[in-house]
Amino acid sequence: MSATESCRIPSLVKKYLMAISGLVLVLFIVGHMLGNLQFFIGPEVINAYAFHLHHLPGAPVSLWLIRSSLLGALVVHVWMAILLTKENRAARPEDYLGQKTRVATYAARTMPVTGVLILAFVVFHILQYTTRVVPVDYNQTIGQSAIEVGHVELEYFDVFAMMVSGFSSPLISFFYIVTMGLLCMHLSHGVASMFQSVGLRNESWRPKLKCAAAIFGWVIFLGFASIPASVLAGYGEPYLSAKETAWANAPVTPPPSSH
Amino acid sequence: MHLHLKIWRQKNGDQPGKFVSYELPEVDEGSSFLEMLDIMNEQMVSKGEEPVAFDHDCREGICGMCSLVINGEAHGPQRATTACQLHMRHFKDGDTITIEPWRAKAFPVVKDLVVDRTAFDKVIQAGGFITARTGSAQDANEVPIPKPVADKAMDAAACIGCGACVAACPNGSAMLFTSAKAGHLNLLPQGKAEKDERTLKMVEAMDKAGFGNCTNYGECQAVCPKEITLDFIAKMNRDYATARVRKFFSKAC
Ligand code: HEM
Ligand code: FES
Repeated sequence: MSATESCRIPSLVKKYLMAISGLVLVLFIVGHMLGNLQFFIGPEVINAYAFHLHHLPGAPVSLWLIRSSLLGALVVHVWMAILLTKENRAARPEDYLGQKTRVATYAARTMPVTGVLILAFVVFHILQYTTRVVPVDYNQTIGQSAIEVGHVELEYFDVFAMMVSGFSSPLISFFYIVTMGLLCMHLSHGVASMFQSVGLRNESWRPKLKCAAAIFGWVIFLGFASIPASVLAGYGEPYLSAKETAWANAPVTPPPSSH
Repeated sequence: MHLHLKIWRQKNGDQPGKFVSYELPEVDEGSSFLEMLDIMNEQMVSKGEEPVAFDHDCREGICGMCSLVINGEAHGPQRATTACQLHMRHFKDGDTITIEPWRAKAFPVVKDLVVDRTAFDKVIQAGGFITARTGSAQDANEVPIPKPVADKAMDAAACIGCGACVAACPNGSAMLFTSAKAGHLNLLPQGKAEKDERTLKMVEAMDKAGFGNCTNYGECQAVCPKEITLDFIAKMNRDYATARVRKFFSKAC
């Protein structure tokens, strides 16, 4: 037995880690979608939500705790995905001449591909809206707007304007919508698979869970994709141009913009 | 009926194999798939050619020896049917039929369509048994077993160990086999004593043999000639988790 084989993580442990890390990501994604949907209630609401996220009780420690557990889950998930995919390819080195698929869904067979594309998306997404450096430096182009926090008016970074500005690029919007479609596929297999991996599935639950996972995937897709789609259709555009004129005329307090 | 056959020929495990085409006129619809191969082999022997090697024994669907991938499907197109129980009436005159061995790293080809399934024996040796004193058999009704439990154990025990699950799995995973063999004993009172040990050891042996990991495709269940379901994989996943947890805590005391 080679060294790599002797310290191979047991197959079922890999499946548990895959399922549990997947569940953490799934829970995050539900929360993230619900939070984002406040985009449709109006600028003040989502801007205040952004303020609250950055000022959670115990911030910044609590924020970094949440971020690091999400990153941890993602690392475990991708790491296990790489191990599983590598071992599985090695265990079945060649295909059959008349290779047939009886029941495995397209979504199931493309898990590693959709996973890698989602990962690429996550990197871009963080660079765009968290660090705000791609495709433009939003800290420079987007100013502040009034929000109300605990009956106090204050000025805060205008997240709503940033989202409208970002998604007014058809290319970026298209990229977001396509990736959410891939996420929908990944979840339509993953969410049902998760139950099987930890042993919580049987013949009578399998079709129900499969159906529930597909519905879940579609809800996630529609929830997220509705945002870039609505901006492409013109939502938020009057607000953004009004704000841009205002910021150009009276550049707001810190950071002092140089343009 | 007239058939065009494309059969995998391979001298031994060290040499690469290839497909060879054969023409077989006048095949009787009533003959079984293996009888069709017998007829072809007889003709080849009479012409002085090397016959095609394939595994078979009982020819009644109970031993698990036959192991052919027919047109890309383990045991061919009929559900719940071993290759030996498949009949030529399910094919049409003029059909081209491809016949290949099981393909998995853990099942190396021995010759032509014969593969080495020792890896399954290793899994069984690791825990597919109960430790019982020999001697005269206990009275059958001494250990009460509820009917649903007995039925479920019987469903798992129906596994004939043919390996079609591994052959059909795009990951070359043996989880359906291992879970059926472990589940069958884990369900019954006779198997309870060694349940944790069995589950841990059989999974370990399965991993060591070079089988892949389950990704819940369900291809194994679809080809299983004994219709064993993914329920048993879910049960194994449960049993393994509880066994690991119990083992972790029992180490402490
Ligand atoms: C943000 C996002 C993600 C979520 C919510 C997610 C969710 C899930 C879930 C719930 C599972 C099922 C676990 C199981 O089979 O027990 C899964 C499986 C999987 N994921 Fe992800 N995942 C995400 C990102 C990724 C990424 C970035 C990769 C990339 C490389 C990836 C690759 C895989 C693979 C290969 C599987 C195994 C498929 C299988 O078991 O059939 N996922 N994912
Ligand atoms: S030869 Fe025994 S099961 Fe097919």
